[in-house]
Amino acid sequence: MVKKESYTRRDFINRGGRLTLGLALAGLGAVAVSRSGNKEYVWQIDPFECTQCGRCATECVLSPSAVKCVHAYDLCGYCDLCGGYFKPGVTDLQTGAEKQLCPAGAIERRFIEEPYFEYIIVEDLCIGCAKCVKGCASFGNGSLHLQIRHDICTNCNECSIARACPSDAIKRVPADQPYIIKGDFTREGGEET
Amino acid sequence: MNSQGNKENSMRGNGMGKKVMQGKWIRGILFLIFASFLILGNAQQRFPKPEFETGYEQPDPSTPEPRLQALEYFDVALLLAVLSLATWLALNKRSRRGILWLSVFTLAYFGFYRNGCICPIGSIQNVTLTLFDPAYKISITVLLFFLLPLVFALFFGRTFCAGACPLGAIQDLLIIKPVSVSPWVRKAVGFIPHVYLGLAVLFAATGTDFIICRYDPFVGIFRLDAPVTMILLGAAFLGLGMIFARPYCRTFCPYGVLLGLMSRFSRRHLTITPSECIQCKLCAGSCPFDAIEAPTDEKIRTPALVKQSMRRYVMMGFLLPVFILAGGWMVSRSHVLLSRAHQDVYLAELLISRPELKKDTENLDIQAFLESGQSMDQLVEEASLIRTRFHTGTWILGGYLGLVLGIMLMNQFLIRKKEDYTPHKGDCFSCGRCMDYCPVEKTH
Repeated sequence: MVKKESYTRRDFINRGGRLTLGLALAGLGAVAVSRSGNKEYVWQIDPFECTQCGRCATECVLSPSAVKCVHAYDLCGYCDLCGGYFKPGVTDLQTGAEKQLCPAGAIERRFIEEPYFEYIIVEDLCIGCAKCVKGCASFGNGSLHLQIRHDICTNCNECSIARACPSDAIKRVPADQPYIIKGDFTREGGEET
Repeated sequence: MNSQGNKENSMRGNGMGKKVMQGKWIRGILFLIFASFLILGNAQQRFPKPEFETGYEQPDPSTPEPRLQALEYFDVALLLAVLSLATWLALNKRSRRGILWLSVFTLAYFGFYRNGCICPIGSIQNVTLTLFDPAYKISITVLLFFLLPLVFALFFGRTFCAGACPLGAIQDLLIIKPVSVSPWVRKAVGFIPHVYLGLAVLFAATGTDFIICRYDPFVGIFRLDAPVTMILLGAAFLGLGMIFARPYCRTFCPYGVLLGLMSRFSRRHLTITPSECIQCKLCAGSCPFDAIEAPTDEKIRTPALVKQSMRRYVMMGFLLPVFILAGGWMVSRSHVLLSRAHQDVYLAELLISRPELKKDTENLDIQAFLESGQSMDQLVEEASLIRTRFHTGTWILGGYLGLVLGIMLMNQFLIRKKEDYTPHKGDCFSCGRCMDYCPVEKTH
């Protein structure tokens, strides 16, 4: 390490390069800041666009998936013959596993009063396959729907389910409003499709 | 009870049917726009919420909160702290042991605890997407993860690679018996990161994919959960890394391209010796990454040779535009192939070549497209727009790769005068191994 006395050509190139790169970085940073959302973002499924294809169960980097079924009780009809609980064509409404649509047995059916039943999702068992969601949307009110559970989700830089989602239903949402729970039959606030 | 339930249901079913019919004409126009939730809109009338008499209280769906926003800022602060500490350890304290323990911490926190996400390497794609997609909003933390290591590299060299990168740390800790690789092989594989960076930027800019994250070989290990293929890829990299040190960093890492560029012009850099090099050659074999350059042999570096090489260097410089154009032309040939990675282009091509697939109820992508109400013309228009972007993008990518290749060849002619054993500023990861080999250190 010899101390340099004079200002050499190499110093000049070095300094010029550094200045150029520094300015380039600053410019890039400034453009990005001007376009930043000033917020953190997380991934969420828009239940109004979900087509219940079943890929949420298989495409998540986690196994089982961070996508679980959520029950918007407000919308539930509390039916005895629940399209999300029973396999199609079941007439004998027993809670045997062979009668249930859910492959993981993750829906609990509880009697409330004649003729109403409450359906509870056991999240630890749910694999996010959307079979019940499809059943509920086809034969019921559509109160069962999929959501990404943020206590499980690792918030990957690019959600691998979003990439595979055929209906582009998985989007970045602001982290302070991390869920799109169906509260109504329409999108809240009349957002565009 | 069961039969009663059935009756109840069948009655409700009839009512529903009638109301669907009534509601249909009103919704006729809306159908086109809100086709996706027509079913839901009608579903409201299917089974009204019951009036409970037994005092049943309806539970609320639970909504566990995501990670606190403050913790994301904490991560940025921690990255800044780790970078500063790594820089101090490499440049001032000159402690290899310190850097080693810092990289263990990085591996534990940013790797296994934070699951390797978000990392500066992947953030290249977020920044690219910000520049090309006005709808995309980058979060400040991601931007800082991208910028901080680069700013540090511009001033102090690649200290990020030494102490703050979990991907680097996991490979660095598993270097067992590194072998020296011939410079030609190193130069050749050193071209791959440019290709990877270029493709990653192209795919991110066109909104196709985040390939860096998708093919990150170590993130599955950090998460302790990944498809078998990715685990095998990660294990293969780590296995190779025992003899070819830091294989991902040296032959793939796209962020390393940017860091290397910054570091080349860095204001300060790690030095092997704390004072004057005594040319003892002890450090020469100490670098597992072959990043230490020997002094130039003055017997070989004759004025005639210097003159000749300078001439060749300048001539190569004049050839650069040819390299850029040739690269652009060659890579742009692949734009049709590359654009197929985009879902819309893939789908449009598939439906044009095999329209009978529209009847295939098993094909989820096609079914979702048909349900979306988008017309075939719209899809084709969208796809051809994306393909045009790929055409432009591949020209730029090819031009960039041609330029890189040209500069790499130019540098082959250059014989820089070096008096001492010095780390190559672009390639050196600032890991500090060489410092322990310097005898001057001991006497100092």
